[in-house]
Amino acid sequence: MANWLPPVWAGLIAFAVLAYVLLDGFDLGVGILFAAERDARDRDVIVNSVAPIWDGNETWLVLGGGGLLAVFPLAYSIILPALYPTIIAMLLSLVFRGVAFEFRFRARRAASRLWWDRAFLAGSALAAFCQGLSLGGLLQGIRVADRAYAGGWLDWLNGFTVLCGLALVVGYALQGSCWLIWRTEGALQRRCRRYASLLGVLLLALMVVVSLWTPMLNPSISGKWFGYPGIVLTGPVPILVALVAWRFWRGLARREHLSPFLCVQAWFVLSYIGLGISFWPLIVPPSLTIWDAAAPPASQLFLLVGTVILIPIILTYTGYAYWVFRGKVRHGEHYH
Amino acid sequence: MTNAIILARAQFAFTVGLHIILPAFSIGLASYLMVLEGLWLRTGRQVYHDLYNYWLKIFAVGFAMGVVSGLVMSYQFGTNWARFSDRVGPVIGPLMGYEVLTAFFLEAGFLGVMLFGQTRVGPRLHFFATCCVAAGTLMSAFWILAANSWMQTPAGYTVAPDGRFLPTNYWEVIFNPSFPYRFVHMVLACYLSLALLVGAVGAWHLLRDRQNQAARTMFSMAMWMAAIVAPLQLVAGDAQGLNTAEYQPAKVAAMEGDFETVPGSPLVLFGMPNAAEGRVDFSLEIPRAGALIVTHSWNGAVRGLNEFPRENWPPLPYVFWAFRAMVGLGLLMIALGWWSLVQRFRRRLYASPLLWRAAVLMGPAGFMALLSGWTVTEVGRQPFTAYGLLRTAESASPIATPGVAASLAAFVVVYFIVFGAGFLYLLRLMARRPVAGEAGPPSGVPVRSAGITPMPAVAGAPAPAAGD
Repeated sequence: MANWLPPVWAGLIAFAVLAYVLLDGFDLGVGILFAAERDARDRDVIVNSVAPIWDGNETWLVLGGGGLLAVFPLAYSIILPALYPTIIAMLLSLVFRGVAFEFRFRARRAASRLWWDRAFLAGSALAAFCQGLSLGGLLQGIRVADRAYAGGWLDWLNGFTVLCGLALVVGYALQGSCWLIWRTEGALQRRCRRYASLLGVLLLALMVVVSLWTPMLNPSISGKWFGYPGIVLTGPVPILVALVAWRFWRGLARREHLSPFLCVQAWFVLSYIGLGISFWPLIVPPSLTIWDAAAPPASQLFLLVGTVILIPIILTYTGYAYWVFRGKVRHGEHYH
Repeated sequence: MTNAIILARAQFAFTVGLHIILPAFSIGLASYLMVLEGLWLRTGRQVYHDLYNYWLKIFAVGFAMGVVSGLVMSYQFGTNWARFSDRVGPVIGPLMGYEVLTAFFLEAGFLGVMLFGQTRVGPRLHFFATCCVAAGTLMSAFWILAANSWMQTPAGYTVAPDGRFLPTNYWEVIFNPSFPYRFVHMVLACYLSLALLVGAVGAWHLLRDRQNQAARTMFSMAMWMAAIVAPLQLVAGDAQGLNTAEYQPAKVAAMEGDFETVPGSPLVLFGMPNAAEGRVDFSLEIPRAGALIVTHSWNGAVRGLNEFPRENWPPLPYVFWAFRAMVGLGLLMIALGWWSLVQRFRRRLYASPLLWRAAVLMGPAGFMALLSGWTVTEVGRQPFTAYGLLRTAESASPIATPGVAASLAAFVVVYFIVFGAGFLYLLRLMARRPVAGEAGPPSGVPVRSAGITPMPAVAGAPAPAAGD
C-alpha cells in the first residue's frame, strides 16, 4: 500500500494553491487598487507592472483544479458543488478580468477604455472576494453524505465566510500596494505606501478575528491550536506574524522598496501554514481525510511522474521571468 | 431526466462548444505556422515570412481566448458533474492532469519565444520553438482525446465495490479501442477547419486585390489542403464509423436512422426520425447503401435501434441531423477542393472570382462540421457518461435547478460579451490586408498569451534601474 502518496500529493496541491495565492494575489490586488487610482497614466503603469507575468500566475489555479480532480477526485467532487456559486462567480470574474487586460489597451475611445477599466476593477475584486468566500466555506466544514455534498447551494454563506472574503480582498490589495511600492516610484509609490500602511492595519485586525473565530468552528481545530502538544507547533505562528508586522512597518517607515512586499508575502505564508495546521489531515472538513479522498495509488503515481519532471522546469522558468522583468516601471514604458 | 440535469448538460455543451473551437483553431494554426516558417527557412521566399507574421498575430489572440475558456473547463467537471468526477476521476483525471501540465509547460516555455523572439534568437532556434508549440498543441489534443475516448469506449479499468472506476492498466486506458480513430479524425478536422479559414481569408483579399502575393499563396496552400485532406477525412470518418458500429452500435443506428435490423439496410438521406413510432417519416432512401457504408457489404445489416432497450437510446433528432450536417459540409469541402484543382490545372486559380466567393462562404464550414461531429459523438454517447457503464443521470452534481439555471445564464451573458468582443477582434485582424514586410505581433501592447516568458524584455526593455 503506497500510503505515502496522498501526503505527497496533498503537499503538491497545497504548493500549487500557495503559489497561486502569492503570485496571482498581487496582480488581483493591483486591479483592486484601481478603485483608488483614477489617473489614466498611472493605471497604465500599474497594469504594465504585471502584464508580462500575470498569465503564468493564473495557470497555478488551473493546475490546482486539474490536479485535485486527478488525485483527490472525491474532494474535487464535494468541494465544487458545495461552493458552486462562489466558484462559478470567481471563474467568470477571472474571465472578465483576463480579457479586460487586453481590451483596455485596444479600446479606441476613452469611454470604452473606462468600461474595460471598470471590468478590470470589478473582476479583480470579485475574484478575490469569491476566493475568500470559498476558503471560508471549506474551512467551516462541508456536509457530506454517501460520497457527495449533502447541503443546499447557499450553505456556505454566513458571517464567517463573508469576513474571509473581505480579508482576502484586503490582503490582495495590500499585496498589490506593496508590489507597486517595489516596482514604481514617485507619487504613485508614495500613495501606495499610505495604502499599505492602512491596509496592513486592516488585514492584521481581520487576521486576528478570523484566527480566533476558526477554532470555534470545530473542536478538533481548537484542540490543535490550544491543547498540548499541538500548541508547540502552533504557538510560533502568531509570534512570527507579530515579528513580520514589526518588520513591515519599519520597512514602510524607512521607505524601503522590497521589504514591505516580502513581509506581506511572509504573512500570507504564515497564515497558510496556520490553515494547513487547522486542516491536517483533513481535505474536506470535518469528515474527509486526504486518505479518504485519494485516488488509487496507480492514478496518483501515474501523474506524479510527469509532475516531478515538469514542475521544477516551470519554477525555474518563472524565476527567470521575474528576474528579467525586475526594475521600476515608468510612465510610457512597456515591457513588450 | 430532471431539469437540473438538462440544464447542466446545456451548460457543459455551451462552455465546451465555445471552447473547442479555440483549441481546434490553435492546433491547426500552430501546424500551419510551422509549415510556413519551415518553407521560409528552406526557400528564403519573403512571402512565407510575411504570412507567418500575419497569422502569428491572429494565433496570439485565439490562443489567449482558448486559455481563458479552458480555465472554466477545468472546473466544470466538479461543479456540475461531481458524481462523475468521483467515480471516473481516478481513471481519466490523470489524463486531464497531463493535459494541464503540457499546456502549462508549453505556455511557460516556447510560446513567448515564438511570439516575441524573432529578433532575439536565431531563425533555427525560433523555428524549433514554433515546432514545439505545434507539437504541444497536438499533445494537449492527445490527452483530451484519450480522456474523451475512454468515456466512449472504456478499457483498462475495474469497478470497485463502492462504484468507482479504478485504473488497472494506463496503456489500455489511453489507447482504448476508439482512441486512435478519434485522434486522427479530430486532428484532421482541426487542419481542415484551419485550411478553410485560411482559404476564406486569402479569397477575401483576392477579391479585393488579385495581385496580392500573400493572399495568393495562402489561398493556394489552403486549396491544396482542401483538395487532399477533405477526402482523407472522409476515409478517416468512415474508419471511425466502423469502430463506432462495433463498440457503440446504438449510436450508429441513431446516426443512420435505422430502427429495424434488416439485411441490406438502406441509406436514409433525409427524413424526420420519429422515436415514438419507431420509424423515419418522409424518408428519402438509397437501397442497400446504408449496409455498404456501415458494414462494407451489400447484404450487411445495420443493427437497428429496436435491438436496444429504449432507455438506452440517444436523443435521436440531434444525432441524426448533426450527422447529416457534418457529412454534408464535408462533401462541400471536397467539392471546393476539387473545383480548385480543376481551376489550378486550367491555370485560373487566381482568376476565378466565383471560386473565391465560394471559398469565403466556406470559411466557417470546417468549424461548423467540427461542432456537428462533436454533437454526433457526444449526444450519441447519451444516456451514458461512461458508455454502457455510468448513466448521465447518475453523474450530475446534487445542485438544485435554480443554481444550475442561474450559472448557465451567467455563462451565456459573460461569454457573449467576452468572446463576442474577441471574435470581432479576430475578424478585424483577418480583414486587414497582408502586406509585404509584414511585422510580427505588436510590441506596444500586452498580449495575454505572452505567458510568463521573458523573451520580449530581453532586448526590448530598458535596463533595470540601478539599486533595485
